[in-house]
Amino acid sequence: MKTKHWEEKVGLARMLVGGVIMDVTNADQARIAEAAGASAVMALERVPADIRREGGVARMAPIQRIREIQSTVSIPVMAKARLGHFVEAQVLEAIKVDYIDESEVLTPADEENHIDKHAFRVPFVCGARNLGEALRRIGEGAAMIRTKGEAGTGNIVEAVRHLRLIQSEIRRLSQLRPEELMHAAKDLQAPYELVRQVSETGKLPVPNFAAGGVATPADAALMMALGAESVFVGSGIFKSGDPAATARMIVRAVTHWKDPAELAHVMEDFGSPMQGIELSTIPPENRLQERGW
Amino acid sequence: MNEPAGPIGVLAIQGSYHLHLRALERLGVKSREVRKPGDLESLAGLILPGGESTVMSLLAREYGLFEPLRLLALSGLPCFGTCAGSILLGRGQGQPPRLEAAPVELLRNAYGSQIDSFTAELTLEPLERPFHGVFIRAPRIVKLDPPARALGIHGGLPVLVECGNLLLATFHPELTDDLRVHECFVKTCAQGRTS
Repeated sequence: MKTKHWEEKVGLARMLVGGVIMDVTNADQARIAEAAGASAVMALERVPADIRREGGVARMAPIQRIREIQSTVSIPVMAKARLGHFVEAQVLEAIKVDYIDESEVLTPADEENHIDKHAFRVPFVCGARNLGEALRRIGEGAAMIRTKGEAGTGNIVEAVRHLRLIQSEIRRLSQLRPEELMHAAKDLQAPYELVRQVSETGKLPVPNFAAGGVATPADAALMMALGAESVFVGSGIFKSGDPAATARMIVRAVTHWKDPAELAHVMEDFGSPMQGIELSTIPPENRLQERGW
Repeated sequence: MNEPAGPIGVLAIQGSYHLHLRALERLGVKSREVRKPGDLESLAGLILPGGESTVMSLLAREYGLFEPLRLLALSGLPCFGTCAGSILLGRGQGQPPRLEAAPVELLRNAYGSQIDSFTAELTLEPLERPFHGVFIRAPRIVKLDPPARALGIHGGLPVLVECGNLLLATFHPELTDDLRVHECFVKTCAQGRTS
């Protein structure tokens, strides 16, 4: 099951634990993110809230823009590629990004097949709504999983749903008897070997981060309290009233999530989150989480 | 093995601190997560984990940990830094500000980006058998001044360095199940401070 350089791929994911990975679209935003304490930045063409508002096809970020971000910050630079678009991924690997997010936030290039991530030297992170989806992505070679949530909404409800579901499915697997695991694999539509491994260890074989709808320091702390190992923040920072302050507060909230008094202190001056969208107003066919399977 | 006199602290701002805590637990040693200055009291040793050195340095300064950490490391408290943690214990040009507790100069991300991360079997002075070293966007140790001393070399560069009670690794022992490097550090903690 192990792909080449698996230890290094998962190793970097483990070094990003307890931190915040921030979506940025240019070098100025990357500088703000790094100064606020981001543990990595994610380069993309437009933040999810803008993709949702403007529509059109969302693709990987322009090369020149990614290079500018790489030369501006010293923290890891990730970048998004479209689902199944292995050539975008090859190009991102060629310019030496540190991680690729095969992301439902961009317009899918292939509605059936995700990228064969084993074939790459660069590690991949993929979104998942449930355990089966997470294990299918890991089976394809993803070295980090994040919840899908519902990106660009500033609404944490879907990320909570996905995180809780993945964990309750893991708990259920760990109670099954060995002869029940093949049936569980069939139900989950997941590779048997990975199902067996999760059942034995009681956890995913790769780090599980939260993403999709994080808009406030309290949202980020909630993700940590629900067992996420780190938090991705997309539109929540650069669509807020004061990106530098929001970024700073979210980083501190992730470090001090166990300490409500410290959280209150961190959030003292927090006043201008992105507005956010109520999920029931988004028809199912317009939900980004439905992309990929 | 003698027990350390107090818990071993693990800087828990960001990074691989859970893995270090687990390694200490497996060795049967008491540990404590360090996020605020009060957490530094009566420690027998301190681990600075892997992760992003910029984040750790920035938040350590904001939470009033930076100066106490520097004084503890300089006063002979056993400290063990892995990757980002070794960057913080040493010196170097540019960002981030470091503790400068060891006369060891490190260059960040010096092997390149993530696709240049690698593993290697390391021969380390305190260990009889080789150690599986995982290097993730690792720093290079470019200069060592006495009393700092290399305990392991890879590709012509030191990868494990000892300086009094300080131990610096540019690789990640916490990413493997091999506890031998942690065990060496715990022994130093059990011997207590030297000045």
